[in-house]
This record gives sequence, structure tokens and C-alpha cells, in this order.
Amino acid sequence: MRMASERPYPACIVGAYEHPTRYAPEKSVAQLHAECARGALDDAGLSFADVDGYFCAADAPGGIPALMVDYMNLKVRHVDGTESGGCSYIAHVGRAAQAIAQGRCSVALITLAGKPRSSGQATGTELRVLPADRPWSAWESPYRWTVSGIYANFAQRHMHEHGTTSEQMAWVKVAASMHAQHNPNALLRKVFTVEDVVQSPMVADPLHRLDCCVITDGGGALIVTRPEIARTLRRPHVAVRGFGETVRTGDGGDFDLLRTGAAASGRDAFASAGLVPGDVKYASIYDNFTIMVILQLEDLGFCARGEGGRFVEDGGLVSGVGRLPWNTDGGGLCNNHPQNRGGMTKVIEAVRQLRGEAHPAVQVPGCDIAMATGPGMVFGIGHSHATLLLERMA
Amino acid sequence: MSNSNNDSELAAAQARTLQDTYVQAFPETQAFWLASARGQLLLPHCASCGRSHWHPRAFCPFCHADAISWQDASGRAEVYSFSIVRRADAPYVLAYARLEEGPILMTNIVDVEPAAVHTGMRLMVAFRATQQGRMAPVFRPHS
Repeated sequence: MRMASERPYPACIVGAYEHPTRYAPEKSVAQLHAECARGALDDAGLSFADVDGYFCAADAPGGIPALMVDYMNLKVRHVDGTESGGCSYIAHVGRAAQAIAQGRCSVALITLAGKPRSSGQATGTELRVLPADRPWSAWESPYRWTVSGIYANFAQRHMHEHGTTSEQMAWVKVAASMHAQHNPNALLRKVFTVEDVVQSPMVADPLHRLDCCVITDGGGALIVTRPEIARTLRRPHVAVRGFGETVRTGDGGDFDLLRTGAAASGRDAFASAGLVPGDVKYASIYDNFTIMVILQLEDLGFCARGEGGRFVEDGGLVSGVGRLPWNTDGGGLCNNHPQNRGGMTKVIEAVRQLRGEAHPAVQVPGCDIAMATGPGMVFGIGHSHATLLLERMA
Repeated sequence: MSNSNNDSELAAAQARTLQDTYVQAFPETQAFWLASARGQLLLPHCASCGRSHWHPRAFCPFCHADAISWQDASGRAEVYSFSIVRRADAPYVLAYARLEEGPILMTNIVDVEPAAVHTGMRLMVAFRATQQGRMAPVFRPHS
């Protein structure tokens, strides 16, 4: 392991807040962003006046940082509106750490919020016909593609190449539900069985309804700051140990559908941290669909290619039981998937684990290294990916 | 049907193609869509590295040369992966097909009972009108 002095990102997460709502028709998206910001600042023991860097993605009103900066009346000297879909907030932590290392800001605020549930959005199953100016639109819009339909193609190919079964994929949902039962804010707290999953209605073969994540209103926020400031705060702090991000392209049509962006972002995160998969005590791995967890486990090096199905079965991801404690908040599959963007909640649960503040039933003993990783957007149209490695500081 | 009727139908199909906002947004792909209107699948081929790519661009995404020309594709392909999308009035097959020439593309498998589709199934290109006017390549089973 690297010595502390060699750590490439001298930055710490000192505030983390997951909005408790899952349904918020009575609030604006801007108000939800601001409530998340307040929650994370309160958690850190900081105030809005301390913030000098602001990070958001396309879920922010107007899709740019400036409108929320104005709404919250922040006095910033650095903004970053990097839009990488659902993994934006994982990438924002890495980018905030880089900005802090470069002296561009000292207290970075990252927010996410949205209301797909109260607006009745059918995220995974709605037909996607997108504007003509996007390079891929003409070539994909005619085919009535859906997000679940694309991930179902991933699953079908994995079953074809590796013999993965619907029951193995179902184990991912089962593990999430075993964790979610302990989370009072989780949208789904019912413990599901493998049979529940494979007997739920087929959405897009071979993916069943319970292979898919939930749709929720809500959001979250994070505060990243310099170690010198972190040491003055009352909260345990969590160092940014490694980071990687990438865009997984369509490779000009010469692609392997089973290789995700995690192969590149994970490689870079482990290399910058000087760590290997065996060092990771807890992993938040974005779970928009059960199959995507299996693919990422392989690409991140937690198991060999094709072994993901066997890795997750029989409770492989269940905290206290399996080989890799994972998504102990219940993940996007059961707990929360605010604005259809799972990156924020992935970081937040990793922070809880490193602080020892996860629910006692799912807390990983001695959790000193945690991962938060996930994709953004959809394959073929700029499938982003980001991976963070975080370390509890003494 | 007389040749003049065929000619006028083709002219009408090509006129609809040129009105399609997706075609208009990418003038460099117009030749592809005009060929689609007459039932021919084209592939962009790079004279510099010898590879064909998808989706079509005016430069090569592999070697980044701009030595791209259109070549007739055989239209033969096979199912690389697929899904039966259920949340629709009638279930349909959303798939990735691997062309005989190599590139993999998103498409629909048509004129088939969805439950009969399988990975590796042999396919032949067909064309289906889009709402905007151009003819999009789809695939049907082929022995």
C-alpha cells in the first residue's frame, strides 16, 4: 500500500447527505438541491458561506452550475458542470479532489436532485427518440429502444457466452433487498427471494421487473475539502484515495457488449490508489439492472470474465455473509435512485461504511477501504463510467 | 408494375428521405439513406485501414483517415444479442446484429415470432420506413 504522503488526491469527503424523500410532488427540483446541500453542510459542520466550489450535472435546473449557484447565493471561484449521466457525482468527487489539489477551491459542494417519480416517468421502459443532432440518433431512434431493452441485450449475451442464469442475476436483487430491509427510507423494504424475481413480469427478456431499479424523487449532496480543513471538523473524514473516469464508446461498431467502462475507470482508480481489488472491504456498485452489477464485478477485477453470475449467487454480495459486501443501503434496486442517477447514493453509502455509520446489521467491521463505482448514460450513446476508491482516515 | 411506376415510387421515396430531419442534420450520410430508399445497404469503408465501421461517419473511427467511400454490403448478418421488449402493444425484438462485413449495429428483427429469435440466427437486411421519412435497415430471418 502507498504511504499517506504519496496519496495522489489530498482531499477528503467531510459531508454526505441522502435526502430521505422518495416522493416529493410538493417541492421544486431547485428546492431539493438546496435541501441536499444544507444537509451535507450540516453533516460536515460547515455553512453555505464556506462553499467556494460547486459541482452539478444535467439534473440541476438549466443543466449548468450557474443557476443553482445563484439560487443558493454561493460565492464560488470554481464550478464544474461535467455531465456523465448517473455516474456524474462519482466523477465530481474525483474532479473536486483534483480542483482542491490545484488550489482552485477549498470547500466543494456536489448536489443531485430530481423528481421522476412524482412526474410519472417510466424511466426504463419509455421509448427513446432523441434529437436529430446527436450523431447516433438517426441510427438508433428507429428501433424503439428502451434502457431496459439495451441492458437486456447485455444480459442475453452474458447468458449466451457464459451460461449465466436468471436465478444468478436474481441474487443481485435478493442481496439488495436483504440490505434494504434495514433502511427505513428505502422505497422497497420487502425481502425478495430468487423466485420472487424470476416470477415477476418480464419487462424485456431476459430482464424481469425485479431485475430493474426503482424510480424515486429525491437527491443527495457531498462536501469535499482540504485535509487541513477536514481536521478542524467534527465528522470522521474520508480521503479520496483513487479515481478513474472514462467514456466507453461504441468502438465504431467493433465492440464487445460485455465490456463496460468499469474496466478502464477501475484500472485507473486502482492504479492511482496503489490498491488491488482484494483491498476493498466494501463496494458500492451502481445497480440500475442486476446484470450491470455482474458485468462490473468482472471488469473491476473482483472475479474473472464470465464468473460474475457465480460470484453473486448464494449471497455473494450480502454483508456479513458473502465475499464482497455491496450496496448495503439497498442500492438502486431497492433503496433509492434519485433522478435515475445512482452515482450520488453510491458515494454516500461508501462514506457511511467508512465512518462506521451504516446500519449495524450491514456495517462492515473495520471498513477502511471502500469503492463507489458506476456507469452513466447508455451504451452506444456515450456510456460514461467513474470509479472512486475511498479510505477512512485515522 | 411498369418501370415508370418503379421509377416514380423510388423518386418519391428518395424525396421523403431528403425531407427527413435526421438525414438533413447529417448531410454527409445522405448517400446512405438514398441507397436505403432503393433497398441497398451501404457501409462506410476506409481506404486507409481497410475497415468498415458503424454508425457511418465521414472519417474512420479506427485510423481517423477521411478516405471513406461507400461500399455495397451483402445484407447478410447474424443475431449478436437480442431482447423481446414486452412493455408495448405488441412485443418486438430489439437486437444487435453483426453484419457479415464485421460491424455490429442496433436493429429490430422483423417478420419472425419473437420467441423464435436466438443468438447466432442468420439474417438478411430489409428496410422499414421511419416516421420521419427515411428507410431504416431492419433484419429478418434468412436461411
